[in-house]
Amino acid sequence: MDIFDILLQASFWTAAIRIASPLIFAALGELICERAGVLNLGIEGIMVVGAFAGWLTVYLGGGLWFGVGVAMLSGMAFGLVHGVLTVPFGLSQHVVGLGITLLATSLTYYCYRLALPEVTSPPKIDAFQPLEIPLLSDIPVLGPALFNQTPLTYLAFVLVVAVTLVLYRTPLGLALRAAGENPAAVEAQGLSVSAIRIGAVMVGSGFMAVGGAFLTMSAFNSFFFEMVNGRGWICIALVVFGSWKPGKTLLGAVLFAAFDALQIRVQQTPLGADIPYQIFLMAPYILSILALVVMSRRAQVPAALMVPFNKGER
Amino acid sequence: MRLEPIANPTWTRSLGLPALALFATVVVASLLAMVAGAQPFSVLGLIVKGAFGSKFATLETLNRATPLIFTGLAVAVAFRAKLWNIGAEAQLYMGAVVTVVLGTGALAWPAFALLPTIAVAAMLAGAVVLLVPTFLKTRFGVDEVVTTLLLNFVVLLWVSMLLEGSLKDPMGLGWPKSARLIAEARLPRMVDGLRLHWGFGLALISAIVVWVIQRRTTLGYEMRAVGLNPAAARFAGIPVNRVLIKTALLSGGLAALAGFSEVAGLKGSLTLDISPGFGYTGIIVAMLALLNPLGVVVAALFVAGIFVGADSMSRAAGVPTYLADIMLALALLAMVLAIMLTKFRVRRD
Repeated sequence: MDIFDILLQASFWTAAIRIASPLIFAALGELICERAGVLNLGIEGIMVVGAFAGWLTVYLGGGLWFGVGVAMLSGMAFGLVHGVLTVPFGLSQHVVGLGITLLATSLTYYCYRLALPEVTSPPKIDAFQPLEIPLLSDIPVLGPALFNQTPLTYLAFVLVVAVTLVLYRTPLGLALRAAGENPAAVEAQGLSVSAIRIGAVMVGSGFMAVGGAFLTMSAFNSFFFEMVNGRGWICIALVVFGSWKPGKTLLGAVLFAAFDALQIRVQQTPLGADIPYQIFLMAPYILSILALVVMSRRAQVPAALMVPFNKGER
Repeated sequence: MRLEPIANPTWTRSLGLPALALFATVVVASLLAMVAGAQPFSVLGLIVKGAFGSKFATLETLNRATPLIFTGLAVAVAFRAKLWNIGAEAQLYMGAVVTVVLGTGALAWPAFALLPTIAVAAMLAGAVVLLVPTFLKTRFGVDEVVTTLLLNFVVLLWVSMLLEGSLKDPMGLGWPKSARLIAEARLPRMVDGLRLHWGFGLALISAIVVWVIQRRTTLGYEMRAVGLNPAAARFAGIPVNRVLIKTALLSGGLAALAGFSEVAGLKGSLTLDISPGFGYTGIIVAMLALLNPLGVVVAALFVAGIFVGADSMSRAAGVPTYLADIMLALALLAMVLAIMLTKFRVRRD
C-alpha cells in the first residue's frame, strides 16, 4: 500500500485526530502557563495524575464527566503547589517542575498500588464512546475524522477556540499575556502578578490533567504505568512550534499526530517490515527536536518567561 | 508578599530550615505509610535498617550510590553553568553501549590498558550526546531542557534496537541482552571478598577531581561566572559558548561513566534496564547537594539508602516502594524552598 493511499483513508485521519486530542489539551495548558511567564515542567507528571484520577473515579462508579472534573481538580492541586513555589517564592522553574513531575508520578503509582494491590492486568472502564454528529460526519474523509470522535475530542477543539477568545479578546487575557511579557506594567495597573500567574498555572495544569485523562477515558480505557510516555515533553515542544499561539499549537499537534498515525501504518507495509520498529518509535521525538530547531529562529518567546517577579524590585 | 534579602543569615536559620525540610519530608512519608496501613515508625526504621543495617545492606547501598554519584556530578557540573542537562539518562546508556562494544572482545588488551581506554571512549560518547543539544542551544537558541529530555527517549530506543540487533548475545536465548564482557574489561573489587567494585572508587575520585576543577581552575571560575550571569560573563570577556561546550563535555562524560561503571563493575553485560532512572535521580542528588561535588557523594549515599531501604521495607511491611520516590520528590521541593528561605525573608505588604 502506498503512502498516498494511507493519507486518503478516513480511518487514518480519524486516528490522527484521536492521537492529537490529549496533546491539544496538555499543550494548551502549557501555553496558558507560559503566556503568563511560568514554564511548567510538571506537565508530564500532571498528565499521569489526570490519567489515573479520571480512570479511578469511573472505576469506583463515578460518572465519566465527573471523572474528567476530578482529573482537572487533581491537576489544579499540583498546579497550585507549582505556582506557589515558583511565583511568590521565585524558585527555579526547572527544578520545581521536575520535582512536581516526580512527585505526581510517584504519588500516582503509590496510590495505584494501594488501590489495586494484586492485579496484573489493569481493569478496563466503560469509557467515552464516539459521538457521531449527523450530516457533518457524512462528508467524505474529513467527516468521520472530525465529526465521529468522542466528546472529549470535541471539547479539546472547543477549548482552543475558547482560550484564543479569552487570551486575545478579554481584559483577563490581556492581563495574563502582560504578566508574561511585562509584569511591572500589570502591577502598575493595580493587578496582582502573583495571583494571575498562580491562577494561570492552576488552570493550565487542570488542562494537562484532562489531557492525561483522555488517555485512560477515551483512548486506552485503562491505566498503565508509563502510559504518558513523554507526551508532556512533546507538548512543551509543540508550544514552541506553535509560537505560543493556540491555533498554531493545535495545528502542530494535528500534524504531529498525523505523522505518528502514519508511522504506525507504514510499519505494517512491506517497506516498514525491513526497518527495525524502534526507528519508527524514535521518529516523533526526533521530529519534535527538528521542529524546535526550525521554529526557534523566529520564536516569539514571552519576554518574562522564567523570570520571577518580586514586587518593588527593579 | 515580598522577598527581602537577608544580609547575614544566622546559624540557626542556615541549618534549621534545611533540617525542618527533611523533617517535614519524613512526616509526610509517615502519613503516607499510615494510609497504606503500616506503622509509620516501623516503616522508617525498616528503611534505615534495610539501607545500613548489615554489612550486606551497606554494600548494596554503596553499589547503588555509585551511578548516582556520577550522574549527580554530571548534573551538578552542568547546572552550575546553568546548562540544564536533563539527559544524563541518555549519556549513561551511551557510556554503557561503548563499554559493551569495546569490552566484549573487540580489543584483546590486558586490563591496565583496556579499562582506561574503555572509560575514556565511554566519556567521549556521552559527551557527544550532550554536545548536540548544547550546540543547538548556543547556535540556534533551542532550549536544552526539552531537547535533552527528548533525546533520552531516542537513545533508549536506539539501545533497544542494538540489543535486538548487532549487540544481541547469540547465546542469550532470545532475550534482548548483550554478550558478557571479557574478564580484562571488568572492574575489579575494591576489597577481596566484599561485593563492592572499583566503580565506587572511581566515583569518589571523580568527585574530588570535579571539586578541584570548580574551585581551583580558570575553567571552574568561568563556569560559575556563566551560570551566575551570562551577559556579565560575556562582557568580562569570557567566551560563554565555549565554556558551555566544555561544561557539556565534562557533564556528558561524567554521566557516561555511570554506564561504564554499571556494566564493567556490577552487571557485566548490557540490558535495557541497567538504569532505573539514575539519570533523572542524579538531578535530585545534585540539588540536595546544593551542586557541591563533595556534597554529591553524601547526597548520593542518602538517596541510594532510601531506595535500597525502601526495597527491603516494602518486602517486610507491604508498603509500595514508590514511597521512596515520593520521599525524594518531597525532599527536593522542601529543600529548594528551605535554601531560598535561608537567604530571603518573607515580608507581607
